[in-house]
Amino acid sequence: MNDLLSTTFLVGLIAATLRVATPLVFGTVGEVITERAGILNLGIEGIMFLGAFVGFAAAAKAEAAGMAGYLWIGLGAATVSGLLMALLMGLLTVTLGLNQHVSGLGITLLATALSLFGFRLVFGESSVLPSIDPFPQLTPFGDAPVIGPIFTQYLLTFVAFLVVVPVGWWLLYRTNFGLNLRSVGENPEAADAAGINVFRTRYLALAIGAALMASGGAFLSLASLGAFSPGIIAGRGWVCIALVIFARWDPVRGMLGALLFGGVFALQLRLQTLGFALPYEVLLALPYLVTIAALAIAGRNVAYPGAYLKPYRRE
Amino acid sequence: MGLKFERNPAPVWFRPLIPLLAIVLTFAITTTLVLLVNANPLQAYYYFLVEPLSSRVSVIEVLVKSTPLLLTGAAVTFAFVGGFWNIGAEGQLLAGATAATAIGLQMDGVSPLIALPLMIIGGFAAGMAWVLIPALMRVKLAIDEVVTTLLLNSVALLGVSALLNGPWRDPVSQWPQSPEIAASAMFPKLIPRSRLHLGFILAIIIIVIMWFVLSRTAFGLRMRAVGMSPHAARFAGIKVEQTLLISALVSGGIAGLAGVSEVAGIHFHLIDAISGGNGYTGIIVATLGGLNPWGAGLAALFIGVIDTGSQSVSRALGVPVYLGDVILATLLLVTLAMLLLQRYRIRWVRQP
Amino acid sequence: MTTPPPAVEMRGITKRFGSLVANDRVDFTLDRGQIHALLGENGAGKTTLMRILYGLYHADAGDISVGGQSAVIRSPRDAIALRIGMVTQHFALVPPLTVTENVVLGHNQGVRLKLEDAHRRVSEAAERYGVDVQPRALVKDLSVGERQRVEILKALYRDARVLILDEPTAVLVPQEVEQLFDALRRLRDDGLSVVFISHKLREVMSITDRVTVLRGGQLAGSVQTSETTPAEMARMMVGRTTFGMPSLDEASSTQPAARAVLRLDGVTAVDNKGLPALKGITLDVYGGEIMGLAGVSGNGQSELAQVLEGTRLCTTGTITVAGQDVSGADPDRIMKAGVGRIPEDRHASVVPEMTVAQNMALEHLGEYTSNGSLNRRQMRAHAEKLIAEYQIKARPDDRIRTLSGGNMQKVILARVMERNPKVIIVSQPTRGLDIGATEYVRSRLLEQRQRGAAILLISEDLDEILELSDRVAVIYEGEIQGILPRTEADPERLGLLMAGAKDSPQWA
Repeated sequence: MNDLLSTTFLVGLIAATLRVATPLVFGTVGEVITERAGILNLGIEGIMFLGAFVGFAAAAKAEAAGMAGYLWIGLGAATVSGLLMALLMGLLTVTLGLNQHVSGLGITLLATALSLFGFRLVFGESSVLPSIDPFPQLTPFGDAPVIGPIFTQYLLTFVAFLVVVPVGWWLLYRTNFGLNLRSVGENPEAADAAGINVFRTRYLALAIGAALMASGGAFLSLASLGAFSPGIIAGRGWVCIALVIFARWDPVRGMLGALLFGGVFALQLRLQTLGFALPYEVLLALPYLVTIAALAIAGRNVAYPGAYLKPYRRE
Repeated sequence: MGLKFERNPAPVWFRPLIPLLAIVLTFAITTTLVLLVNANPLQAYYYFLVEPLSSRVSVIEVLVKSTPLLLTGAAVTFAFVGGFWNIGAEGQLLAGATAATAIGLQMDGVSPLIALPLMIIGGFAAGMAWVLIPALMRVKLAIDEVVTTLLLNSVALLGVSALLNGPWRDPVSQWPQSPEIAASAMFPKLIPRSRLHLGFILAIIIIVIMWFVLSRTAFGLRMRAVGMSPHAARFAGIKVEQTLLISALVSGGIAGLAGVSEVAGIHFHLIDAISGGNGYTGIIVATLGGLNPWGAGLAALFIGVIDTGSQSVSRALGVPVYLGDVILATLLLVTLAMLLLQRYRIRWVRQP
Repeated sequence: MTTPPPAVEMRGITKRFGSLVANDRVDFTLDRGQIHALLGENGAGKTTLMRILYGLYHADAGDISVGGQSAVIRSPRDAIALRIGMVTQHFALVPPLTVTENVVLGHNQGVRLKLEDAHRRVSEAAERYGVDVQPRALVKDLSVGERQRVEILKALYRDARVLILDEPTAVLVPQEVEQLFDALRRLRDDGLSVVFISHKLREVMSITDRVTVLRGGQLAGSVQTSETTPAEMARMMVGRTTFGMPSLDEASSTQPAARAVLRLDGVTAVDNKGLPALKGITLDVYGGEIMGLAGVSGNGQSELAQVLEGTRLCTTGTITVAGQDVSGADPDRIMKAGVGRIPEDRHASVVPEMTVAQNMALEHLGEYTSNGSLNRRQMRAHAEKLIAEYQIKARPDDRIRTLSGGNMQKVILARVMERNPKVIIVSQPTRGLDIGATEYVRSRLLEQRQRGAAILLISEDLDEILELSDRVAVIYEGEIQGILPRTEADPERLGLLMAGAKDSPQWA
């Protein structure tokens, strides 16, 4: 038990928690913004996957070509791939007004298949997984005790917690665009009557959301792994879908949910390495089960965005 | 400027053409990927569509690949027709596979006449159980079932993995997999020395029963009424909640059978990858099949062809095997978009 | 000194919807600092006229000038620029947002949402116009009356000098009506011009300076409120030259059975928002009788119909059909008790994607089942029989969606009448139908009366009520205001009852 309470263990756990939570923060904030505009984007799992692949492939090619900023090129490419998927999702659900859940799943299937196809195309069928030199970890507090190792993190982790969450919150609640976005997601008829372009607002929300999702995926391949594998996302997108509901469509609560899940995940990894035999899958299933339970308890009072899943067509 | 939707139902003759047009359009779109790997598109299409049907062995393989899709496609079709958006066929399949394994492991020395029905009933019940909570939440609390059924897929996968890493871990295998089920619990082969098994017949029977129920019984008509306009159904004295619940549970049960069929007919072990996304592909099957049991049957067979074809096109032309998945995903989105034409005429207008 | 030009002047406004002429060369003049009632029955064209002024519709002919300047109004944006604001019956509010956010929505510039600033400006505006709202409150927590104030504030925040209110009191409780009227008087004293669309005579008398009455899309008159009486207004509204013509063949009318077949005793129910819609309805309908239920729309007719159709629960009270208690019964039990239902919303009572034969059998599928399977030949034969009998222009396999309104109504009629129901609940049976179909539906209803059915006819078409009913009940704000035998039910008296006046001699 002493092992568990040692400072080293706790520090390591906290640092790992922040790392594990990073892609979830990107994905959750992205999904919150999208759903607040009235669109459930079930493409998230595939968009994160595509972001991880495109980011990695672009970075690997750029690295091979000897470009210095290859990681940034990768990140940029991942963002662009997310934007393209947002455009497709917008075409299907905003312009054509199709079923959001089937469209979103279709996007996930398509983005996943395209990534795997692309991976074979770019890297062939080699038995050795290709890898790149990933983003380095930053050490803003140097070797200082406790905070030093805790904040030895990738740049994108700092970005997730210090930029994505506060800016996401500010965007939703403190800008005119955010007000428009929320009104479009709650009552598109009223927003339209007030002169807001419902279609443009929804496309923008999809774009911002998907760019964040793709960046979250790219964090895994460009920073924490430095490689791409078919199991790289492994349901993280679905975790974000659960966290958004758990967080009642708020970016800050979404971050807290991501931290909670990151903590559980990091803890089970550590306990496993310490030789504790526990069915870690039960812990991993928690975010889903807690979310479903929360939905069941809130029952009819779940405050879905008013226009959730509803296409808008002008009469 | 924008698109304008005018309610204008397509003529009846046009409806069956929609999936065909969608297939043509999908192949046109995905040709770019074939060209990307410097392969000849016509050759690629030959390997995709003709090669799988050109030999007895490969036709049998198509049927093998179609078997789980017939079942998940039927499951999704049934739910969607009844107005229950079951995105959870994947999880229900896993639940069915788990139940089948649990039963199959206990069937040593039991006659197949007892073992096989037990496997089927157990798998059906497990699939039903896996959809029960989302179904009750929808019916009693009006909570949208899309997210709940979806999230339970991940839970099911974790559950399977927990079993395989824990109590069911086969000590002799290096992969996480369960011990082999009893021989009496294995589905008999339809054709000796092939992989085609009883599950295929089971799937066909399910499709036939489903067609009968949906188009020839009072319950089927009521269920369709609930799916199409719950308000009018309630007005006509139909018990809407009860009907929805039944649609959801039966759908879950059929998806569970897909799991039984894969365990008892193909793998004989429970493995993590027992589904391989067949639950999600069921949504493609149902959509492409126009939510019609026969349509779903044809769509499942077609997707079996594409699945088999993607392997031959990969072998022959070096096109990554995932092209098949790209085609299927594209086909889903294209079909979905084209189904709009069934109900609307779409015009491009300049906004006044 | 010249008089200033009127705030709004509309000349010769004509608006057609297909073959229907909603406005026929209507003139309307709104003076500055005036509260002007636009009065008329449902469908008289009041709302259409104002939607034209607000840019939601475009007139086919006619001219508009605002403040003496000729104006072209293509959209609400144009109207707002001309400082015209409109509060429609369906509020365009976003419930989870605050009052301030709703008020500034779409009217905000720049990147940052300057909330403190906006709160201040909104509360200033609220104070200036005497509109009592809390800027920081969430709209979803507000009562309907408060929401209406937010809508008014929205218009005022956009500097409206002309305010159009479409039936503003329809959603308010009496106390809120008083508050609204106080606010409107203050706005008038501030120089605003207000158009008050209404059909409630009492309110028009108490708040407005001038009244313009529309009837059947045409101008029926325009007078100073102080120079008219409710009776005169009712006459202008209803204004029939040929009313009370008994079209029922008296000789063939059967004597009503002694016992009421349909009895309602103290029935109450709430509407979709949970507000009381029926406040103790007591009504008896006898066999062989058509009881007409007249009333201005939104006074509880829809809720009453739904309660009797089994799609809405009554909260208290009892409903009996031929002695059998059906209070709180679902549609299935209601039908089994012998009630036939012809609802207001045709499209919501049939499954549009299903065929005529399927829809005709849907309520009684058990009767078409043998050995577990549906007997489709029997369903089809049944449909063919009804199609012939009711002269429906359709084939059994046609989808209902493809039928005209008249044929769809005939399908519903056939489905009900073939079962010889003891009671028929029929709502707006001829709304939207052409003359031929209308005549057909009415004659079938009379046939059922002849057969001995107890019929409750709910209609907003007073002509229809007068033509078909043996007795007429008037519903007002969820209560039965009075029941008159047809011989005493002249349009004027009904109009007064419908407008909420008790049937007292001084108003007659």
